[in-house]
Formats: sequence, C-alpha cells, structure tokens
Amino acid sequence: MNLNELTAHELHDLLKAKKTSAVEITEAVFLRIDKVEGKIGAYVTLTKDIALRQAKLADEKIKRGEKISPLEGIPVAIKDNMCTKGVLTTASSKILSNYKPPYNATVVEILNALGTAMVGKTNLDEFAMGSSTENSAIKTTRNPWDTDRVPGGSSGGAAASVAANETILALGSDTGGSIRQPASFCGVVGMKPTYGRVSRYGLIAFASSLDQIGPITKDVEDCAIAMNAISGYDEMDSTSVNKPVPDYTKALKNDIKGLKVGVISDLLGIGIDKDVKDIVLKAVKKLEELGAKTEEVKMPTFEYAVATYYLIAPAEASANLERYDGVKYGHRSKEVKDLLTMYYNTRREGFGSEVKRRIMIGTYALSSGYYDAYYLKAQKVRTLIARDFEKAFGKFDVLVSPTCPTVAFKIGEKKDDPISMYLSDIATIPVNLAGIPAISVPCGFSNNMPVGLQIIGKAFDEETILRAAYAYEQSSPPVPLSLKERGNI
Amino acid sequence: MQFETIIGLEIHAQLLTESKMFCSCSAKFGAVPNTNVCPICTGQPGVLPKMNRKAIELAIKTALALDCKIEPRSVFARKNYFYPDLPKNYQISQYELPLATKGFLDIEMDGKTKKIGITRVHLEEDAGKLVHKGAARIMGSEESLVDLNRTGTPLMEIVSEPDIRSPEEAKEYVEELANLLKQLGVCDAKLEEGSLRCDANISLRPVGESKLGVKSEVKNLNSFRSILKALEHEVKRQTQVLNEGGKIVQETRYFDDLTDTTTSMRSKEFAHDYRYFPEPDLVPVEPDAKWINEIKKSIGELPAQKRKRYEKELGLPPHNANLISSSKEMADFFEETLKLYNDPIDISNQLIGDVSAYSNENKIPLSKTRLTPFLMAGTLGEIKKGSISRKMAKDIIIEQLKTGKAVDEITKESGMAQISDEGELIKIIKEVIAANPKIVEDYKKGKTTVAAFLVGQVMRASKGQANPALVNKLLKEELKK
Amino acid sequence: MALSKKDVEHVAALARLGLSEEEKELFTKQLSSILDYAETINKLPTEGVPPTSHSIPMKNVFREDVVLPFKDVELIIENAPEEESHMFKVPRILE
Repeated sequence: MNLNELTAHELHDLLKAKKTSAVEITEAVFLRIDKVEGKIGAYVTLTKDIALRQAKLADEKIKRGEKISPLEGIPVAIKDNMCTKGVLTTASSKILSNYKPPYNATVVEILNALGTAMVGKTNLDEFAMGSSTENSAIKTTRNPWDTDRVPGGSSGGAAASVAANETILALGSDTGGSIRQPASFCGVVGMKPTYGRVSRYGLIAFASSLDQIGPITKDVEDCAIAMNAISGYDEMDSTSVNKPVPDYTKALKNDIKGLKVGVISDLLGIGIDKDVKDIVLKAVKKLEELGAKTEEVKMPTFEYAVATYYLIAPAEASANLERYDGVKYGHRSKEVKDLLTMYYNTRREGFGSEVKRRIMIGTYALSSGYYDAYYLKAQKVRTLIARDFEKAFGKFDVLVSPTCPTVAFKIGEKKDDPISMYLSDIATIPVNLAGIPAISVPCGFSNNMPVGLQIIGKAFDEETILRAAYAYEQSSPPVPLSLKERGNI
Repeated sequence: MQFETIIGLEIHAQLLTESKMFCSCSAKFGAVPNTNVCPICTGQPGVLPKMNRKAIELAIKTALALDCKIEPRSVFARKNYFYPDLPKNYQISQYELPLATKGFLDIEMDGKTKKIGITRVHLEEDAGKLVHKGAARIMGSEESLVDLNRTGTPLMEIVSEPDIRSPEEAKEYVEELANLLKQLGVCDAKLEEGSLRCDANISLRPVGESKLGVKSEVKNLNSFRSILKALEHEVKRQTQVLNEGGKIVQETRYFDDLTDTTTSMRSKEFAHDYRYFPEPDLVPVEPDAKWINEIKKSIGELPAQKRKRYEKELGLPPHNANLISSSKEMADFFEETLKLYNDPIDISNQLIGDVSAYSNENKIPLSKTRLTPFLMAGTLGEIKKGSISRKMAKDIIIEQLKTGKAVDEITKESGMAQISDEGELIKIIKEVIAANPKIVEDYKKGKTTVAAFLVGQVMRASKGQANPALVNKLLKEELKK
Repeated sequence: MALSKKDVEHVAALARLGLSEEEKELFTKQLSSILDYAETINKLPTEGVPPTSHSIPMKNVFREDVVLPFKDVELIIENAPEEESHMFKVPRILE
C-alpha cells in the first residue's frame, strides 16, 4: 500500500518504528497529487516546499529521539478560508485572489507547533457559501468517486483531497453542513465540533454564530486525533469556550451497548432519496445489533430550520463581508471615479452570484422595517429548534439521520436553482443552529456513490458521538475494492 | 412668538486606556501613520474582537459618578456603514442594551443648581483618520489617505436628555462634564485635541408647548466657545425661520468658527440605515455587584461634593469653592495646605489669585511649580503675623513658585522683610517729621488728614517695608509730642 | 415577499454592491422566492421566546489592558492596493 493511502495513526506507528520518514510520506502525497490533481482539482494552492521543510524538521526530531506528537510529520490540507501567514488565502473568491495574510489562524499555529506538513490550501465554495464547491471562483473540484459529480460543499476540496488520498487529513469549516455534507458525498469522515470548542480566530468569517472548524479524515480514529489537536480555549476568540479538552481517542471504546439512539423521522420522509433512506436504516439496524437501543424521534421545528438558517447566516455574512472594499487588501477595481464607484465596482467584480445573493438577502433581513420580521424572528425560531434538541437529549444519548437527502449530484445539476441547493442541507443545518456537535461517517453506497450517516450529540459531548461512530465503523464492511478503483480512488 | 430652546448633547470621550478597545495595540496618540495597528484593528479577514476590561471599568466608573443605573446585561452591536476610516465597514458599538442608563449631572447656573439628565452611557470603537490631499477638507480633494492608528481606540458616548435650555447651559454642562471626566481619570477631556467631542441637537418650541420641535444636529464644536457661538447662532436662525412661518428641516449643520455660523451638510445626508444587530463575536457584559462596588470605591469625592463641602463646612465663598473644587490638583494642594495653616479662605484666595495667574500666564501646571503646601502655609503665616505685607507677599509667592525657596531666605536675599521693629520705625518717623516741618505744623493746627502724606513718606523711606498699621500708630504718638 | 426592482436597487446600494441590469432582473426574481421561502417561519408562534444570539451562552469575556505591539505591521501595509506615505490611498470621497 502506498504511504499516502494510510491513516495518520498508521503512519505515526510507522514513523515511531522508523519504518518510514516524514519526507517519504510527504513525497508520496505529492506524487499522488501529480497523478490525479488534474482530474480532481481539490487544491487552490499547493505548498510543497513548505511541506517538505516541515517534514524534514519532523524527521530530525524523530532522529534526535525526541517525543513526537501524534501528528508530527503528517501531511495536512487546509481549507482556503483559514489564514496562513504569507501563503495565498483566497476563500476561493476573486476579491481575495491576491491576498497573503499577515498572520496565521490559531488552528494553523497549532498544527505548525505539532509538526504537521502543510500540503496546500483546498478549494471551497466562495466564502464558504454553497453546498457543492461549484461557487468557487478559482476552479471546479470533482468528486473522486465520479468526476462528473460534485464533491459537496463548501469544504469540497478538503473532502475530495482526503478521499483521493491527496492528503492524509484535512481541516474544513462547517456553517450549515460544510464539513459533514462533503464528507458524506466523498465517503470520508467529517466532524463539526460544538460551537466554541475550536477557535475561529483566523477563519474567514461567513456566519459568526454558526461557523466552526473541524477535521475531515479517513477514519474515526484520525478524527479523534485531529480533534485532540485543534480543540481548546483560545484567548483570541471571545466565543471560545474555556472547558478542558478530554482525550478523544479514549472515547474509541468500540462498545455502544445500551446507547440510546434517537432516529430523526423528519429526516427520513419526503425529500429523502429512497435508496439513501434504506442504507441509513440498515446502518441503524447495525447499531441495534451492536447493542444500542434505537427509537424514532420527531423534531417538529426542523421543517423551519432551512428557512431560519437562510435568514440568519446571510444576515451575519452581509456584515462580515462588508470589509471587502478594495481599500486595505485584495482586489480593487480599475474602473474608479471616486470612492463610491470604487466600492460598487470592486465588490461587483470581486464577488460571485451566490455571494451577492446572500449579501442581498442578509442586508434586506437586517434593514430598517424588516429586522423584526426576518432576523429577530429567525433568532427566536432558532431558540425553538435548540429546545427540540434539548428535549430529545433528555431521552437519547445521540440522534441519527442521513447526512444528506441524496448522494452527490451531477456538476451543474442544481446551479440554477438556489432553493433546491439550500434544501440539500436540511439534515445538517439544525445542528449548527443549536451549536451542538455532529459527525458524518460513511455507511454504504447508492449507485456506487457514498452515503453518509450523521450522528448528533449534546453540546461538548463529542466523546459519545465518536464512540458511536467508531463502533459503527469497526463493524461495517470495508469498501469494496472494485469501487475503490473507480476514478483512481 | 416666544420660543423655548431645547438642547441635547452627545459627548464622545476617548478613554485613557493603554491599549485599544478590541485589540492590544497601543491607544497612544501621535505615532507614525499605521504603526499602532494589527490584523484586528485593520479589519483583516478572519480576525475577532476581544474586549478591554479597563475600558468597561472606566465607563462604569463614569456612569456611577453620573448616578446612572448600571445595566445588569449590556450587549455590543454592529453599526453598519461604509467609510474608509472604518476598516470593517461596521463599527462595534452598543445599541439596544447600553452599559448604563438614567443618570444626571448637576450644573451651576446663576448660583442655582440644575440637574441635566443623562439618557445613556455606552462604549464603542473609534474610527481612523483621513488626510485629504489637494484640499483642507473632503470637498475638492482628489484623493485621501487613511491612517488606522486611531481605529479601535475606546470611545465612551454620553448622551444627555434634552434638558438644556440655553447655549450658556450647554457650555456649562460640557465644562462640568469635562471636569468630572478629568477628575475621575477616565479621559483628559480636551475639546481642541479631540479627546472630547461634542455634537449638539437643538430645537425650538413655543413656550407652553410640550411637543418637541424639529431638531438640527450641529457638528464641529471643538472648543467651549464654539459650543456657545454655534448654539447662539442656531437659536437666532431657527427663531427667524419659525417667525417667518417656515419649517425647520431635520439636518446636520457644520459650525464654522471663522464666521460663527452653521451651514447645512444636507448634501451629505442620505438616509443612514445602520442595520444594527447584536455583535455575534462578543458575549454580553454582566457586571456583578462586587465589581461595581470595587469601581465605586475607586471614585473618591467628586467635584460637586467637594464644592458643597468647601462652601458649607469650610465657609468658602461660592466663587472660590467652585474654582478650587474644579481642579483635582488645586483641591489636593488646598487641602494639604489647610492641614498646616488653618485659614481656608486665605489659602483659597491666594490659590485662585496670584498662584493661578502665574500658572496660567506661564502655562505651568501647579504641580510642576516649586511651590508646596508647606511653603504656602509658611508664607500665609508670615502675612498673618505681619512680618510681610500683602504687597510683598505677591512677589514672595511668585519667587516660591519659581524657586521653591523659604520665606526668610527670600526676604533676606532681597532685603524685603517688613519692618515691624518699633525702634527702627520711630527712627524713620523722627527723620520724616524733621524733614517736613510745615506739614507737621498743619497737622498740629488740626489738619489731621495730612498724616496720610507723612505715612506715605515713611513708607517711601523704608522702601515699602514698614508695617503700615504700626507706622500710623507710632506717627500719631510722635506727633503728639 | 414580492421584491420590486427598486427594492433590489436600494438594498444593493446599502451593501455597496454594483449590479448589472441582468443581475438586477435575476435577483429580483430569485430574492423574492428565497424570501417567500424564508417567510414560512412566520407560521411558527414565537411569543415569549427569547432570540438566540449565542448558541453557547457566555458572559464577561475580557482581556487585560496591556499593550502588545504587532510585529508584522509591514505585511499589512504591503497588502494595500494603493499606498502612499505608509497610508492606504483611496479615491476622492464625494460628499
């Protein structure tokens, strides 16, 4: 097996046993990138020199016999909406196409300190607004399982790079499902932590009260390792929660006997692809076989979740994106008569249609006369959605659902229908609104395309959802080789 | 038609913190452009604000001194508008839930105390500075340069109720407030430097009417004089408009201190929809009783309380009490001197007279002069004893302000000691009597008024150092002989 | 909620967003249907329900008043699209 096809924990064992080196691992990753990146298009920027330099440092550390972190020398890809000092950070937008941040995001500082090797910056929907990565102003990313299909979004590049073994693991961000949905579409593991668990400092803001950074990995153990690394209090982020971080790898007990699992019936009804539904229900059955107690649960406010999200997220985004004005950094229009035309033209040229659409909705929802009916009302409905979850967690330890109503759709299929695109987030959005954690794990194939199982937990109870995910993963059959070989996966 | 003037004032005060409101850059004034900056205050992608605890404390301290209610929960909000000196194109401010509400400030007008209501006290971040190229102001300039050093420095906004009824009251209010802020140590309150900024809202209404008239907002009030002149002009202007049957337009007007008039900025005004919403990157401020009490304790005696105490307990005339209590420096000096010399009126007269004159003329604050309470007490003691005349005292005090020398050192050096030795005085008096036989004859004939001439001669002969009262007494005795 | 072209132009002005004529047409249609969809939340009664502005409630998060100068100020200035005398240059601001 090639080094780039292994997990971080497997590679760590090899490194400790001196059976391989960080430089070898990194070179294997870049060899793979040379082979398939032309077809996949996962990366906006590749940072081979930086990665090799970091890998070399890791190898020297190992040679000196020093203690190494579980991620030392491991190649990691970073979604291009996290600031990397001196390295192009575009948010896949024209308006930042030339932007090199003067500072590192906190998670990047953490990974640097842990000795990882940065492979590059992955493609996303512009400013993380989208569910297919088709809204990127840079390039199209293709699903490694079927290159005519989308990888999901907005962390499509990150998920595709992990699925195609163009990296060992990646960091994505999730505002309405942007880690979990592409993880589901690409057949990998993706987790959105509890709001405030991971620092947002350096994450280019989309919707401040919903955004979280999280890992996209090949298996649940790697996810736990990554969570250990990036979780924790950051004084630079006022919404960062000062709670101790448990060792998430200790949660991987492979035992869910007695676990009370609520199956969200609202997400298994109309609008869910029948095949996806069957596969997810099979996974639920597997959980029962492993000793869990499963029962249906209704979440009556879920039908309002997407509408609520599409008022709150654009409103916050409209303010967060006001800073992109051509004054201090990024693109500035050449058609300038005065300040006003500079603003108008810079933003007209710099933003794509989806971003413009959301800025418009958000500005409208906050505007005089409409604030109460739209933004304020949505924040109240959000409280009701959180209460639905609270009630359910009074009875259950975790809740499950399909991560998405469908498998990855074809490139171009939903581009002209914004609402249809928004509805593909119907299972993931409520989780962000409540600020609770959730993970997506692969649970089968429909039409040879991956299906994801979403496991939702209580606030700061990442341990239980990791435990459930691990137990399921360990019991589920490995991916058939015939499928793996499709699309050069 | 008789009109009543209604004025409300909005004051922005730059808080005396070391660092900015939401980042750790220095808040100091005067650095090279764009050197006191960082990713946060320049609005880079991905940054987040972090609240300065000291700024909250200074604002709470001010609110307590203004008798405000400290709100149990206050929230920051985004105020959205595009301008190059505002890097995020929104200002983090406070809207629906400010830090404090419902207080008051006492002002003294014509010997009476008047309460001016305070609507709210809240915090926000300052914007940067624009330098306009090719013109003094925005109109007509070709390009502008943006300096973000000032961006993010903490501003405290104090909004008054529309309780002010005249331009003089407005000036008095701002002076009183500036004083208070200085004494509390929260702001150095200099209008001319911009550490204190004042905007006024002014309207007129017919006497007896309870409904408020249409107001105009007046800006560019960067001195106490400007405040007075601008509002006087507005009263005149609005009165004229209303008397002619016209309507006041709600607009922003700019004060020009060369012509002492206001002009409309109407062309700049298009509806600002600030789209306020709670700042998602910050969490609410909920000060507990313990914290508030700690801050309260740090306040000490306020100027208004001092003034009352000086008048009632120490018997100072209101004018003296007012002047001494309005400067913490002077009040401290006063009280220290009082410990050594128990005549408060004497001390206060000296302080507000010669000492203040010297300090103002030479632009040296009292604390930077060489005069100390100990020296002052000594000098005043000598005056009371009569060993130096009041005339000499003025020169001595000035010398002490300059050099810090003791009284006897100064009088010895300049030979200035007041002569109270009777023997010495009689000698001089005898000489004067001998030198003016005709005047002495007139006196003995009954023209007693000429004694004053003789006293003057004695004073001249003694180079002004003779004790005048004693001369008078001794002269009369000698003339009897 | 049926938006008129004028509404779209007004909102675009507030957001300093230049829109082409085609975009104005398209957005008028699309935004109207998105807002129609969003308005479905009005069916849910919310009397007495407090709004959520932070999903994980916290309060009193402060930093101490200490100056920590940022060491890479020049990297910030380097990113300026137009710069003069260490300041960001902008075109004339019409009033």
